[in-house]
Amino acid sequence: MAERTYLQAISDGLRQEMRLDPRVFVLGEDVGVYGGAFKVTDGFQAEFGPWRVLDMPLSETAIVAGATGAALMGMRPVAEMQFADFVSCAWDHLVTVAAKQHYRAGTPIPIVLRLPSGGGFSGGPFHSQNPESLFAHIPGLKVVCPATPEDAKGLLVTAIEDANPVLFFEHKHLYRRIKGEVPDERYSTPFGKARIHREGDDIVVVTWGAMVYTAADAAEIVAAEGISVEVLDLRTLIPWDREAVLESARRTSKVLVLHEDTRTGGFGAEIAATVAEEAFEYLDGPVKRIAAPDSPVPFSPPLEAAYLPQIDDVVAGLRELAAY
Amino acid sequence: MAVREAEPVGSLQEVHDVGLDREDLFGIYRSMLTARGIEERGHILYKQGKIPGSFYTGRGNEASAVGVATAMGADDVGCPLQRDMGVHIARGVEPWRIFAQYMGRADGPTKGRDGNVHIGDARLGLHAMVSHLPAMLPVAVGMGLAFRIREERRVAIAWCGEGAAARGDAHEGMNLAGVRRLPVVFVIDNNQWAYSTPAHLGHAVDHLADRAAAYGFEGVVVDGTDVLAVYREAKRAIDKARDGGGPTLIESVTLRMEGHAVHDDASYVPREMFEEWARRDPIDRYRTWLRDTAAMTDAEEDEITAGVKRLLNESLQRAEESPQPDPATLLDGVFATQDELDTPHHK
Ligand SMILES: Cc1ncc(C[n+]2csc(CCOP(=O)(O)OP(=O)(O)O)c2C)c(N)n1
Ligand SMILES: [Mg+2]
Repeated sequence: MAERTYLQAISDGLRQEMRLDPRVFVLGEDVGVYGGAFKVTDGFQAEFGPWRVLDMPLSETAIVAGATGAALMGMRPVAEMQFADFVSCAWDHLVTVAAKQHYRAGTPIPIVLRLPSGGGFSGGPFHSQNPESLFAHIPGLKVVCPATPEDAKGLLVTAIEDANPVLFFEHKHLYRRIKGEVPDERYSTPFGKARIHREGDDIVVVTWGAMVYTAADAAEIVAAEGISVEVLDLRTLIPWDREAVLESARRTSKVLVLHEDTRTGGFGAEIAATVAEEAFEYLDGPVKRIAAPDSPVPFSPPLEAAYLPQIDDVVAGLRELAAY
Repeated sequence: MAVREAEPVGSLQEVHDVGLDREDLFGIYRSMLTARGIEERGHILYKQGKIPGSFYTGRGNEASAVGVATAMGADDVGCPLQRDMGVHIARGVEPWRIFAQYMGRADGPTKGRDGNVHIGDARLGLHAMVSHLPAMLPVAVGMGLAFRIREERRVAIAWCGEGAAARGDAHEGMNLAGVRRLPVVFVIDNNQWAYSTPAHLGHAVDHLADRAAAYGFEGVVVDGTDVLAVYREAKRAIDKARDGGGPTLIESVTLRMEGHAVHDDASYVPREMFEEWARRDPIDRYRTWLRDTAAMTDAEEDEITAGVKRLLNESLQRAEESPQPDPATLLDGVFATQDELDTPHHK
């Protein structure tokens, strides 16, 4: 065990897998000599050489299609988008090729795509997005959104082991801000198992990624008012832990779904609908959603603060639910 | 810079020099006849209402497809497209499975999950195309990347139509292959039409092969109705890629001899154009060469044509006996399981 940042945990997990398995290789823009825009692969090229840590042309299609072709030939590519936002340039290769190839042709595509995502630092409309729900909607893709350093490492290992295309959303705002104890040895964290980040009995907040911390801070504030809030960290959206959500919903009878992605058609809608379908008779209030409004992510700090769900927004939502 | 325009293949000696013996020559003929025969029978099946959806053929592209596939080594791979039936046949895909695929049956390579020539067989190094063109081109480049990383002497073939060559996927794939000198051979089948769009509205260069220079590798234009010339150019490019010489772009010129798909009467193609290219039919042309230059006898020819006919008849019957897919299997295979990794063909 050692204290590691979220970013270091991702590096550690990736390095460990590359040492273990010669099929694992990294490709992306500026990942080699420079070590990646966020330095996740700092020092990797020196250790593993230029053909296992490939500096690619500015060419998201070539990165994702290249990973897919290499995976078909038995490699275990871990591709990096410089920012998650740029994945739109590779949409076809995830959605049209990688997601459907096994269903149609029976050939697995074991690729991992690392996606530095999320806002909170004036990245503007093109460096701040959380496009996870777009991909969660596509059958054949897996979607992972770790919140803690320990999970970041363990889920990355599982992603690399997985036989399917996995989108690994790393929240940029957690990279250096969040530290935690991370086991030194190799371990894997299963997909589809939610984690209770904070225990509570009156309301459950279902969330993932950076919003886990926003939820926890809000829960702390309302605890002083006698409202006991559970924070359930989904960890992975595809597959997602329906059982854990429904169990918490039945136990607390009040559900707040929180995400940083925009509201309409966000993954929170799926969770809310599932709770309504499967746990309706246990509910003592409406399933509440708190999410970013339906706009691009703005650049200027006051605008971005108004856009991102804040602790106060969650506190207000929790009080509203508590009143039922 | 003008690209090289490949000479036709003439003498038997020349053919032997590029590695084809008499049996190989007959094998090529058999594959071309089988490819065309499958699509002709497919047409009948379609008219009988046995093929759901639409139906596409590659008439006119038999020489290009079979020529390239014959030049591939056993461990080479590729992603053939909608006019490339000849690739599947030359690599050994069984025709009955193709008929089953056409009809959406359980024994088709995609078990009814996809139609037409959207097939692959990883054991034969063939990976199923998607509709979005030419998305499989950069995927083939990724296969070449894996070979380069592992330092294997294998080559990936990336196919593309002249129409789809307008898309960014073609550029991004070729650019990466050029930058890293990957063992990839690009084959642009220029059949002069992209659905109803003539080639001159798709690209402004004289030859698509001219683009190779911009990616730092060699381009060549070949007559796609001359199977032996296609073979020779493909072999040369594949050998070069295998030896670390990097990619080649081969532009193979033909005419799409039917509509885009069965619903399309191709009335936008000038009659004279069809007439001219009908005189250069790749199968007729090769048959003439085999008889005049390789001394194919009547008996030899009869044996080949009768064998193809028998194969097609048996295949059709076997495919018709294949069951419809069971709706209970609808969700099977959306996700792959761990035990499917590292199967012998997945390497
Ligand atoms: C990205 C994309 N857009 C549109 C289509 C519809 N479409 C199918 S084939 C075709 C023409 C393709 O022309 P070309 O690449 O020259 O190949 P050909 O069919 O002539 O062999 C079109 C427009 C498609 N399959 N993919
Ligand atoms: Mg065309």
